[in-house]
Amino acid sequence: MPWRLLRFALNKKHPEPRMFTFHEKLKSSYDVVIIGGGGHGLSAAYYLAREHGITNVCVLEKGYIGGGNTGRNTTIIRSNYLTPEGVQFYDESVRLWQDLSEDFDLNLFYANRGHFTLAHTDSALRTMRWRAEVNKHYGVASEVVGPEVVKEAAPMIDITCAGHSPILGALYHAPGSVARHDAVAWGYGRGADQRGVEIHQQTEVLGIDVEGGKVKGVRTSKGYISTGKVLCAVAGSTPRILKMVDVKSPIYIHPLQAMVSEPVKPWLDPILVSGSLHVYISQSARGELVMGASLDPYELHGTRSTLDFVEGLTSHMLEMFPFLSNVKVMRQWAGMADMTPDFAPVMGKTPVDGFYLDSGWGTWGFKATPVCGKTMAHTIATDTAHPLITGFSLDRFRNYALTGEKGAASVGH
Amino acid sequence: MKIMTCPLNGPRPVSEFHYWGEVRPMPNPATASDDAWADYIFNRNGAPGLKKEWWCHTPSNTWFIAERDTEKDVVLKTYFYEGDQ
Repeated sequence: MPWRLLRFALNKKHPEPRMFTFHEKLKSSYDVVIIGGGGHGLSAAYYLAREHGITNVCVLEKGYIGGGNTGRNTTIIRSNYLTPEGVQFYDESVRLWQDLSEDFDLNLFYANRGHFTLAHTDSALRTMRWRAEVNKHYGVASEVVGPEVVKEAAPMIDITCAGHSPILGALYHAPGSVARHDAVAWGYGRGADQRGVEIHQQTEVLGIDVEGGKVKGVRTSKGYISTGKVLCAVAGSTPRILKMVDVKSPIYIHPLQAMVSEPVKPWLDPILVSGSLHVYISQSARGELVMGASLDPYELHGTRSTLDFVEGLTSHMLEMFPFLSNVKVMRQWAGMADMTPDFAPVMGKTPVDGFYLDSGWGTWGFKATPVCGKTMAHTIATDTAHPLITGFSLDRFRNYALTGEKGAASVGH
Repeated sequence: MKIMTCPLNGPRPVSEFHYWGEVRPMPNPATASDDAWADYIFNRNGAPGLKKEWWCHTPSNTWFIAERDTEKDVVLKTYFYEGDQ
C-alpha cells in the first residue's frame, strides 16, 4: 500500500462514515415497526420514507443486517416467471434493480449476464415454450433456443450431460443478472437511515400485542414499543411470528443449501439452471463458482450444512462440466426457506388489522427485494394491497385460488 | 441427524428415508365446510417444535411415525402407527 494512502487512512480529518446510525434505545412508539433487517424489510423502510414520507419507523433485527437469507442466496435476478401475476411483479423488480446502484450511490456490482434454463426432456421444453409465450406477452425478453446456442454461450459444457440427459434446448432470458447481495441490504439500510428510519440490530421480537383484532404493540428484548402497524419480513422465521398473532398459514420451512468453489479465472459468463439435474451455477465477480441445488428433503428450523448436499450437487455439476473435477469446494452454507404450496409468495394484509406480511419467499426472494419493499410500503401507507401483489394474498388459499408458480422455480423441489 | 431408526429395520442412514409431513387428523370431506377443508389441505403448523411425523423407509416401503424436534433435528422415538389416539 502506498504510504500516502496509509497516511490518509490514519488521518482523523477524514473518518470513514458509518453506514448506519447506532441508536442506544428504542423509542416508546413508532408509526411502523418492521420485523426483519434483511433486504426486504430495509427496502420497505426505504420506500416508506422516500415515497410516502413515513419516517417514524424502526427496523428490528434479531442478528445483524443482511445476515439471514439476504446474505445466503445465490444472487440471481430474473423475471421469466410463469403466471401473469409473477411476470409483471418480477419485471417491475428487474427495472428497479437496474437503477438501484445510482439510487443508492453505492456499487451493487449489478452484472447483466443472461440466464439459461436448460431443458433435458420434451416436457421441460414444453414448459419453457409456455413461459416464453407468457413472458413475451408482458414484454419480458425470453425465448426458447437450441442446444447450439447454449454451447456457444458456455463452451465448456458437455451438451449430452455425460450421455444420459442431453440438453434439448433452453429458455434464454437476456435480462438475467447477478448482484452483490450484502450491498443491497446496506444500500437500502443507509438510504432509510439517512431519511430518519431507526435500525436496531441485536433486537429480538418476543411477542406482538393484538387487541380486538388490531395490532397494539411489539414486545422486544430491548423493551416495549406501541405501534399500530407491523410488517413481518423475516423469511424462514415467518411461522414463529405468525404464531404470536395467531394467524394460520400454509408456510412450511425447509433448509436450502448452497456452496462456492475456490476462485478460478473467468470462464462462465451466463447463469445456468438445470431443473432436471437440480442444479444451478454462475461465476461471481471474484471468480468463485456459486452453486445451488434443490431444497433439503425434510422440515428443519436450522442452518446446518450436509455432506449429502455437496455430493448430490457436485455429481450433477460434473455431468454438465466434467472439467470441474479438480476444482475445490471452498465453503457451503444454508438458509431457512419459507415454502408455500403454489411456489408464489404470501404478501399483503392479514386477518389482523395493522399486521402486514411479506413472506413465503421460499427460494425465490432475493430478486424481488426492490419490488417487495416498494409494494409493501404502498400497502402499509395506504392500508390497501398494491395492485401488483393482489395475486399473492394470504386468503387465496381459503378461496382455493392459488397462483401456480412451480413451473418457474429454478430447480424442481 | 444422519441415522434414523426404522421400527422394522433398525438404524439406517437418513438418505434411505422419505419425509411425509406432520400427522394430522383429516376432517370428513363429505361433511366438512369449505373453510375447514381448505384449512386441512393448505395450512400447516410451520413453527418449530416437537412434532409427530410420517416417515417411510423407502427400500422396504415401511411407513411409521417419528417424534422429532424440528429445531434441533433430533428424533426422540419412532414407532408404527396404531390408529388415531
